[in-house]
Amino acid sequence: MELLVASAVGVLTAAGIYLVLRQRTFPVIVGLSLLSYAVNVFLFATGRLILNRPPILDKHVTEYTDPLPQALVLTAIVISFGMTAVVVMIALGAYLSEQDDRIDTNAETGEDA
Amino acid sequence: MNHWIIAPVVLPAVLAPFTIMVLRHHLDLERIFSVAGTLVLVVVTLALLGQASDGAIQVYELGAWPAPFGIVLVLDRLAAMMIVLTSVLALVVLLYAIGTGWDERGRHFHALFQFQLMGLLGAFLTGDAFNLFVFFEVLLIASYGLMIHGGGGRRLQAGVQYVVYNLIGSALFLLALGTLYAVTGTLNMADLAVRVAALSTHDTSLIRVGAVLLLLVFAIKAAVLPLHFWLPATYASAPLPVAALFAIMTKVGAYAILRIYTLVFGPDLAITHGLASDWLMPAALATMAVGCVGILGSREIARLAAFATISSVGTLLIAVSLFTPQAAAAAIYYTVHSTLASAVLFLIADLVTERRGGTIALGPPMPQSGLIAAFFFIAAIAMIGMPPLSGYVGKLLVMQAALASPQVWWIWAVILAASLIALAGMARAGSILFWKPHDAQLHAAQQAESDPDPEQAPGSEPERPVARPVPSLPFVAVSALLGGLAALTVLAGPAMDYADATAAQLFAPAEYIGAVLKGP
Repeated sequence: MELLVASAVGVLTAAGIYLVLRQRTFPVIVGLSLLSYAVNVFLFATGRLILNRPPILDKHVTEYTDPLPQALVLTAIVISFGMTAVVVMIALGAYLSEQDDRIDTNAETGEDA
Repeated sequence: MNHWIIAPVVLPAVLAPFTIMVLRHHLDLERIFSVAGTLVLVVVTLALLGQASDGAIQVYELGAWPAPFGIVLVLDRLAAMMIVLTSVLALVVLLYAIGTGWDERGRHFHALFQFQLMGLLGAFLTGDAFNLFVFFEVLLIASYGLMIHGGGGRRLQAGVQYVVYNLIGSALFLLALGTLYAVTGTLNMADLAVRVAALSTHDTSLIRVGAVLLLLVFAIKAAVLPLHFWLPATYASAPLPVAALFAIMTKVGAYAILRIYTLVFGPDLAITHGLASDWLMPAALATMAVGCVGILGSREIARLAAFATISSVGTLLIAVSLFTPQAAAAAIYYTVHSTLASAVLFLIADLVTERRGGTIALGPPMPQSGLIAAFFFIAAIAMIGMPPLSGYVGKLLVMQAALASPQVWWIWAVILAASLIALAGMARAGSILFWKPHDAQLHAAQQAESDPDPEQAPGSEPERPVARPVPSLPFVAVSALLGGLAALTVLAGPAMDYADATAAQLFAPAEYIGAVLKGP
C-alpha cells in the first residue's frame, strides 16, 4: 500500500508540474488541480497509513489512526476547491476580455511579464 | 486570558461580510464603516503594542484548548509591531483609495480590503504553522480580488499569473507542513521548536527537506530571487493603491522567515545548521541587485515602484539572513521603513499615472506637478537610502550589522553599488517625469501642437484647461506616509531600542516556548 500511495503522489505531482508549465490556461488549471490532489494524498499519509482504525476516542479500541491529518486535508480540500473556482473565473475573464488564453506573456506590450 | 489579542482578526472578519450583505448598495456607508473599522484596528493594535512592549509574551488559546492541541495566537514584540504597521498602512491606503475614487471602480472593494486585513493580521499573530497557512490563504484570496479590482484585460492576465504562482506556492506550503508533521507530529510552532531540538542528529534528511520547502514558500511570498517573477507584473498591473497595501505582503514572507528560522530552526540548531543563512544570503544579495537594475530599466513608474519593493526586500533579507541579534534589529527597523517607503512610492506612482499615464516618457506637465515632484523626490531619497531619511539609517544599520559576517565585503559591495544604480534610476525617472516637461522649448512646441484643441469649449479661457476639483485626501495620505518616514528618522533612537528588544526576544526562544506551552 505504501508503494501505491507513494507512486500515486509522485505521478500526480509529475503530471501536475508538467501541465502547470504549459502555455494555455486550461492545462495549467488542470495541472494545479492535480498538484492539489497530490498534496492532499500526501498530507493524508503524513499521519502514517493505518487500515481500519477509528480516529475518534472509543472505550473498546486500543489502536487509532491519527485524526489530525484528516482535519488538515479537509481544510486543504476546501481551500484548494475555492482557489480553483477563483482561478477559473479570473482566467475566463482574462480570456473573454483579451481573446487570448496564453498566460506567459503580456498581451499589451509583448514583453515577458 | 486577554481577549483583545483576537480582536484584530475578528473585527475585519465580521466587518467584511457585514459590508457585503448589508451595505453593498451604499458606497458612503461602506466607506464610513471601513474607515471606522480600520481606525478601531489602529487603536486596538496600538494598545496591544503598548502591552507587548514591556516584554511579556501573551498567549490567546482559541476555544480555551491548551497549547499543543488547540490553535494559539501569540502576541510578542515582533507580532505587535507588525500588526501596528499593517493597520496604520491600511488606514492610509484606505483614505487614499477613497480620496481618489479607486473604490468605486469595481465592486466589493471595502469587503475585500477587510478580508485582506484579517489575513495579514492573523498571519502575524498566529502561533500555529497550519493556521499560518490558513491565514496566508485568506490574505491571498482577498488579494486576488483586490488585484483585479477595476478589471481590464491586462490586469486580468497578470492576475491569472499571480494566482497560479501563489497556488503553486500554497501546494509547496502544504507539502512542507506535511513533512514537518510527519517527522515531529505537531504543527504548533513552540511545540515544533521543542520537538525539532529533540530530534536525533543521525537521520535528518526529512526534517531538512521540510525546512527548505518552508523557506522556499516564504521566499515566494517575500519575492526573493529567483522566485520573484510574480511581483513586478502583479504590482504594476494591480490598482496602485492596492499595490501600496501589498507592500506589507512581501513583509509577511520576511516576517515568517524571521519567526520560523529563529524559533523552530534556530541558528544554533545542529540538524539544520546554516541551511537558511547559507542559501538566503546569496539570494538576498541577488534580489537587491536585480531590484536596483530593474529600477534603472523600468519604462513605467509602477514597475519602477515594484522593482524598488524588490530591492528593499533584498536589503531586508540580507539583514535577516545574517541571523544575529544585531542584524535582526536592523531588519526590524528596515521592515518598517521599507513598508512605508514602498507604499508611498506606489501611491505617488498612482498620482502620476492618473494624471499623465504610467509610461516614463516626455509629456506635457501635469496638474500639481510641483507637489507630486516634491513627494517623489522625498520618497525616492528614502527608498534609495540617501541621507537624511530613514532609508539611510536603515541601510547603515544593516551594513553595520554585516561587519561581523565573513561575507562583509560582498554585502557592502552589493548594497553600495546597487544603491548607486537605484539612485541613477530614480534620478532618471524623476527628471523625465517632472523636470523635462517644464523645459521651455519643449513646452512651447507641445502647446503649438495641441493648440487647436477640439474638446475645448469655445467660451472658456484658453490659459486654463478644464480642471476637475482636486480632492485633497490623496495628498494627505501621501503626506502622512512621508511624515511616518520622517518620524521614523527622527525617532530612530526609540525605534532602535524597541527593535533591539524585539531581536533579543527573538533570539531567546525559550521564553516564547515557555509562554505558549505553559498556557496563559
